[in-house]
Amino acid sequence: MGMTMTQKILAAHAGLSEVKAGQLIEADLDLVLGNDITTPVAIREMEKMNSKEVFHKDKIALVMDHFIPNKDIKSAENCKCVREFACKHEVSNYFDVGEMGIEHALLPEKGLTVAGDCIIGADSHTCTYGALGAFSTGVGSTDMAAGMATGKAWFKVPSAIRFNIIGKPSKWVSGKDVILHIIGMIGVDGALYKSMEFTGEGIKNLSMDDRFTIANMAIEAGGKNGIFPVDDLAKAYMKEHSAREYKVYEADPDAEYDEEYTIDLSTLKSTVAFPHLPENTKTIGEITEDIAIDQVVIGSCTNGRMDDLRAAAQILKGRKVKKGLRCIVIPGTQKIYMDAMEEGLLKIFIQAGAAVSTPTCGPCLGGYMGILAAGERCVSTTNRNFVGRMGHVDSEVYLASPAVAAASAVTGKISAPEELGL
Amino acid sequence: MQTKGKVFKYGDNVDTDVIIPARYLAIADPKELAEHCMEDIDKDFVRKVHPGDIMVANKNFGCGSSREHAPLVIKVSGISCVIAETFARIFYRNAINIGLPIIECPEAARDIKDSDEVEVDFDSGTIRNLTTGKQYQGQAFPEFMQRIIKAEGLINYINEK
Repeated sequence: MGMTMTQKILAAHAGLSEVKAGQLIEADLDLVLGNDITTPVAIREMEKMNSKEVFHKDKIALVMDHFIPNKDIKSAENCKCVREFACKHEVSNYFDVGEMGIEHALLPEKGLTVAGDCIIGADSHTCTYGALGAFSTGVGSTDMAAGMATGKAWFKVPSAIRFNIIGKPSKWVSGKDVILHIIGMIGVDGALYKSMEFTGEGIKNLSMDDRFTIANMAIEAGGKNGIFPVDDLAKAYMKEHSAREYKVYEADPDAEYDEEYTIDLSTLKSTVAFPHLPENTKTIGEITEDIAIDQVVIGSCTNGRMDDLRAAAQILKGRKVKKGLRCIVIPGTQKIYMDAMEEGLLKIFIQAGAAVSTPTCGPCLGGYMGILAAGERCVSTTNRNFVGRMGHVDSEVYLASPAVAAASAVTGKISAPEELGL
Repeated sequence: MQTKGKVFKYGDNVDTDVIIPARYLAIADPKELAEHCMEDIDKDFVRKVHPGDIMVANKNFGCGSSREHAPLVIKVSGISCVIAETFARIFYRNAINIGLPIIECPEAARDIKDSDEVEVDFDSGTIRNLTTGKQYQGQAFPEFMQRIIKAEGLINYINEK
């Protein structure tokens, strides 16, 4: 029986010629990632280990992104703890204020993640790097500690669901609409413990930024990882960003899948996930009443990349954010921030009346930089709309694409760009 | 190993943001952190829970973030075992890695009600509802994971290897 793309990468990293779904393996890691929330916990766990050294100073990435620039004394203490650890162990890929970015936007941009890698990160959205054809998955701090010390992690080999992507999306339909559509279809546990393998001729119509967004939210369907084939576009991206050699794995023609779905991009519409689960999706056309909003957030590891900012800027150009509404734009990395400045996007946002922030996870997880009061509603390009996710337990988050978020910022209610004649 | 306690029952998709909201994640002390366990969906939990009590929920328990603070605050608050129809995969790993006993048993998870008295035998995976007298068979862990649990977590397991 053949193997899926994910199974092939895992087999290679476990030194096995073949693995089967359900098999427990120990795999070598190419990269171990942590952030300012999860790394301090991992450091404390590592202190309990007999071996207190890191396995490879270049294969660990520590990104200060959730609560930085530090929001309070406690978060400052957390970052200090990580900073000292990075210094002591000479961790080469430590990213702090001034050079950091939101981890899952930053690492591919820095060339630290490439096709064929086996990556764990103490952050649930580590699955993002599947866009480049890597196996990458989120774990907790103890796994991170074990990974930093041993360079290995245990895995149960996942079975897979195949998504056959066909067609071409219409103008305002983006990767976010694709993944929200899929989560709405299979549910927040629809891919529990499984790989989500994307294939098909339609993938060529998805930009790298679209693919990062789609792989990023595999976890919101319960998936272990999301993964894309390595086509010319992915190869060009890696060539531009990384000096590392990549390895291309392909699923066997006779690989088995638990389920298969065909997604025709040409039929998809702008999609919004209503509170309080990413599976509560409606297409724009299915929203029959006006939903007035108080805030718009454009950013995060899901949608803080150049394509996202360009789409938002296209809509906000020459328009104004509705009076009384707060619109917050957060570029994903310092490079994206700079590129957006050079392209004139930041000027468009500021002229429209939006706030532009340094990279941070900030409001996505209700940290800071845009917390909601009781009864407030936000349209956000982030990834979760759980109870209390962005602030007060009685606030609401509606997940949407950057295009829908920007259009909603102008009208003050959930809106498609088409409503503005675009 | 056995445990017995009163049940705190929750529904589907209990996410890590309600188990421990992100606004508290900068707190390093597990006891201080545990004072906020479940507060966004059950304000009384922290006041009512006793050591040994059992948490029961429906599908996809622990979905969302990878924060290990979530199984940790459940453990520190005194919960001796979590029974659910299914667990989100990162929570499942984290619970094993930090030594919080969890059992997947759809039938028990659906049947057991809030405040029921429940007894769990971890070795056999047997769950007994002492309030109703009904017995269920939960899924036993693969041997590899049992070794981690017996070592009381991944770090000890690696140290012993």
